[in-house]
Amino acid sequence: MIAVLKHELRLYFHSLTAYVFGAFLLAFVGIGSMLYNLQAAVSNFEYVLSFGCLVFVVIVPILTMRVMAEERKQKTDQLLYSLPITTTQIVIGKYLSLLAVYLIPLCIICLYPLIFSQFGDVYLLTSYGSIFAFFMMGAALLALGLFISSLTDNQGFAAGIGIAVILLNYYSVSLSEYLSSTSFGSVVAVCIIIFVLGAVVRYLTKSEKLAYGIGFILLMVTAVTYYLKPEKFEGLLPNLMTKLSLFERFYSFVNGVFDMTAITYYVTVAAFFLFLSVQSLEKRRYH
Amino acid sequence: MISVEHLTKCYGDFTAVKDLSFEIDEGHVYGFLGPNGAGKTTTMNIMTGCLSATKGRVRIDGHDIFEEPNQAKKLIGYLPEQPPLYMTETPAEYLQFVGEAKGLRGAALRRQVADVMEQTKIEEVRNRRISALSKGYKQRVGIAQALLGNPKVIILDEPTVGLDPIQIIEIRTLIRELGKTHTVIFSSHILSEVQTICDQILIIAKGKLIAFDGPQKLERQLLAPGEIVITADMAEEKIKEILAETEHIAEIAVETKDTGLTVAHLRTDHDRIYEVSGSIFSAFAAKGEILLEMTLKKANLEDVFIELTESNMDTETEGERTEKVAEITKKGPMTDKGADET
Repeated sequence: MIAVLKHELRLYFHSLTAYVFGAFLLAFVGIGSMLYNLQAAVSNFEYVLSFGCLVFVVIVPILTMRVMAEERKQKTDQLLYSLPITTTQIVIGKYLSLLAVYLIPLCIICLYPLIFSQFGDVYLLTSYGSIFAFFMMGAALLALGLFISSLTDNQGFAAGIGIAVILLNYYSVSLSEYLSSTSFGSVVAVCIIIFVLGAVVRYLTKSEKLAYGIGFILLMVTAVTYYLKPEKFEGLLPNLMTKLSLFERFYSFVNGVFDMTAITYYVTVAAFFLFLSVQSLEKRRYH
Repeated sequence: MISVEHLTKCYGDFTAVKDLSFEIDEGHVYGFLGPNGAGKTTTMNIMTGCLSATKGRVRIDGHDIFEEPNQAKKLIGYLPEQPPLYMTETPAEYLQFVGEAKGLRGAALRRQVADVMEQTKIEEVRNRRISALSKGYKQRVGIAQALLGNPKVIILDEPTVGLDPIQIIEIRTLIRELGKTHTVIFSSHILSEVQTICDQILIIAKGKLIAFDGPQKLERQLLAPGEIVITADMAEEKIKEILAETEHIAEIAVETKDTGLTVAHLRTDHDRIYEVSGSIFSAFAAKGEILLEMTLKKANLEDVFIELTESNMDTETEGERTEKVAEITKKGPMTDKGADET
């Protein structure tokens, strides 16, 4: 694990990715603090972070696109498989290296509130609470990016899908307002989600029986619930989209609430996608 | 050392490896021979834990590769067909990573990296980017990686493919060197290569093992008939006339080359090949004619290979196949099919 971590870090700093990632993040947060803290003379650093969130849409896929896809393309994954380390160690090693690359610009960002506090009244607790949440949210997104990269051997494709997924997540709350909140609309949406889930299960396990079985059971459950208690589906989809949004939960930190459920959610999302990445790597051995 | 039992691998409907079983002992160089698509790479990938098997098991020194992967993988060094190199690193950095991943630390790591660099002669390029190295050096870095951690078995998948003749010779010498201290298994579809380096040869075709023996034995068991090729500066009729008295020549095929010289292919019994060559020489000498060249064409692995793989293609059941191989083995000299194609 340590070997993979060290090796990944070396690769990041050999290429431009780590520098581009750091530069983008610092530039965006820098512009934000210039606009909010300097020009508008607001003393809340957390506003800058809520503005800076958008940069994740671009920089997370840039950082994560090659992490697994490139191994597959260059056939170096065969080396990893033949080494006496487990797939979990490989994934965790790679994830830790991503976190390390992410932490470097974040450490610099940590200095900003201290600098601003020299010139005015900065509420450091909310500032650092938000920076912590910012880190956790980034960590969850990096795990998502890692998983997307593990699905393909094409970096560009991994980056494209990554940007699309994160952008969708970013705007999911605004989009949810346009969605039908009737129970029928939600049922249709749930059915579509079930189909997508079935397709993903089929792709990952290559087992049609399992995919159809899961799809069928979920569809039955949906149908029965809709028949017995249609009101359960009222506004389900917009709610679901709001609940799944990583960014929406971050705004509660910006508003000064240290939300433990949000932290738990970020950790869960990260663990979930790391688990899926391990499965995705294992699957390649069983194709 | 390595035991492969009833290994089967299916990709969907396609069966790449079919019920493959063999045992490999310590301290030999094993050649894994087969045409493209025979299942060599698949078998090697399964043996090294890069791929799962549909059925069957692989044990390395008693450790099952699927159940105790860590213990088993520590005993193996593997170089896949395409060397798994990170192009932006230098060989020194790359080897350091592989060494660490194999559990080496500190002084032991530094010593081993230095050792394998010396063994594979890559010290002079240790600080150059791997992407800037020649193919031969890349292959060496790949082999160096496999040697780290001092594994008992080294598995090389087509290590000489795509190299120039000098590099091929260097890699072969290296493999022979390694064979003195390790068990080496390497795959190839080049027969002469396997013939010169290996103590034992496994021939595989369509996912099945069709022969497993030493190169000399395989050759001796499946000898093609002897053929003598002579070149002389005279007309076809004249040659036939001179050789009319010589015994044991089954057939004479004559061709005239652009150079004006005549080349005759004389088919004879393999057991008497020297006897016949002697009489040809004396026949020419007796007539006072000049024999420009005389070559004894012997059977080589190519013949063995073609014969074995072809005979395997048309048999359907396992039982029939073994019978056929046994039959060929017993029969000794056989039809001229093999020799013609060389």
